[in-house]
Amino acid sequence: MGARSASLLGRGLLGIYLSVLVVLPIAALLARSSHGGLSAFWREVSSPEAQAAIKLTLGVSVVVVIVNGLFGTLIAWVMVRDEFRGKKVVNALIDLPFALPTIVAGVVLLALYGKGGPFGVDITFTRAAVVMALLFVTLPFVARSVQPVLLELDGSAEEAAASLGAGRLTVFRRIVLPALTPAIISGIALSFARALGEFGSVVLISGNLPFKTEVGSVYIFGQIQNENLPAAAAVSVVLMLFALVVLAALTLFTRSRSKHVR
Amino acid sequence: MSADPAKVPVAASGASVKASRLGLRTVALGYLFLLLLLPVAMIFYRTFEHGLEPVWKAMTEPNAVHAFWLSIELVAIAVPLNTVFGIGIALLLERGSFRGRWALGLVVDLPFAISPVVVGLALVLVYGQAGWFGTWLSEHGIDVIFSVPGMVLATAFVSLPFVARETVPVLHELGTDSEEAAATLGANAWQTFWRVTLPAIRWGVVYGVVLTTARALGEFGAVSVVSGRIEGQTQQLPLYVQDRFENFDATGAYTAAVVLALLALATLLAMNLLTRRTRSRRAV
Repeated sequence: MGARSASLLGRGLLGIYLSVLVVLPIAALLARSSHGGLSAFWREVSSPEAQAAIKLTLGVSVVVVIVNGLFGTLIAWVMVRDEFRGKKVVNALIDLPFALPTIVAGVVLLALYGKGGPFGVDITFTRAAVVMALLFVTLPFVARSVQPVLLELDGSAEEAAASLGAGRLTVFRRIVLPALTPAIISGIALSFARALGEFGSVVLISGNLPFKTEVGSVYIFGQIQNENLPAAAAVSVVLMLFALVVLAALTLFTRSRSKHVR
Repeated sequence: MSADPAKVPVAASGASVKASRLGLRTVALGYLFLLLLLPVAMIFYRTFEHGLEPVWKAMTEPNAVHAFWLSIELVAIAVPLNTVFGIGIALLLERGSFRGRWALGLVVDLPFAISPVVVGLALVLVYGQAGWFGTWLSEHGIDVIFSVPGMVLATAFVSLPFVARETVPVLHELGTDSEEAAATLGANAWQTFWRVTLPAIRWGVVYGVVLTTARALGEFGAVSVVSGRIEGQTQQLPLYVQDRFENFDATGAYTAAVVLALLALATLLAMNLLTRRTRSRRAV
């Protein structure tokens, strides 16, 4: 077999693989959600329980990215500009949420902050619990995207500003923060997309109470269990669209910036 | 002490720099400690607090053993598939010139934008009883949904992007010079790939494989939808954790969770060793 036909065969197999695995299922999802036309889609999306789930998902995701923006930047700062014993270990552990199965993340948080935990607090079945689970699984995004930028930033501009009499807060606000902003935005966008769809870490800890702690993914799961596939498909498409819009905006933002710099 | 008044403000600002640095460090480490370290440490403590005997019993439970081997089986199928196709996708994205390359990029990144539960639903809508191929599949006696093949599809879907995404930048950095040189010297495309390209990108691929494995081992949402969660049949390790937890078997849930956490720590170690290796390679 020649290299050319081997490459053709390879492309064919890849096409089949991606079709079976991704393209057909997503097409089926879009087809099902638009099955009864726009009015049916809207009816499913605007049912009170679906509305509450979508609103809660967006709300907690916004809270989560704000906290992530602050603490992720702070963690990156401490990892780059500070020195202390055990820093390497802590630095490696920041990636743990990416390696740890999401259901384990939920169990782990419950063991500490659930009923019968050592602190005597019980956050189970509250919105705070949902936020906490999402903070756990999205922890690395902002920190890991800010860290390399901070490493590249040599201190000369900061020193110059300081020698001209700028206070430390001014130096941070006027020099460091603008340099970090693109990385912070990128980390925030990724954690937002992740938070919108998160399921495993939330499912045990939230109690899945409709109108209170039921996020979008949990609502979809419940509708699948009830064999209400039109509702599940409609809300799925809404969540997917939100995530795609955020990620597309991020791509455009990065592209326009890199052009600007050139 | 105040012999040199000029030095006083400098010393004071030095001390306040130190104090604020210490403050920032405390806040950052405190956050990591309360959100990450303490909960994970807690689960290890909870698992082993009554000694090793109940842990051993929980680990040798037939359903637990079955869940463990099913997890290994899913990884053993999904990871090689996504490795081979992931390298192919990376080559097409970085070296190929064809229309619709952006669409390939989009398809590969989709799993990052889609909730695992939605992945499961999408698979049900194609391969489930009421799905597009449902009738055809059941006429031919093939079970996909509520069975292991569906779990393979779900696991492969969510772990699709990693090898491709880790390999693309390495291919980009490598450039085409050495491949063109090999071609000029008479190597065919196949020989060029095996002898020149693959050895150069191998650490990127391996890093992607580590991430794929971690994702495949831990997948919960998509598998939860398509598996039907039948005890001893379609329960892999993360589903088993949920099952034990919901049946108030804390030891069973914690033990399985600790096994998964240990695998995650091993992944973390592998990731760190690999980044060190790729960095030192780049430095040379």
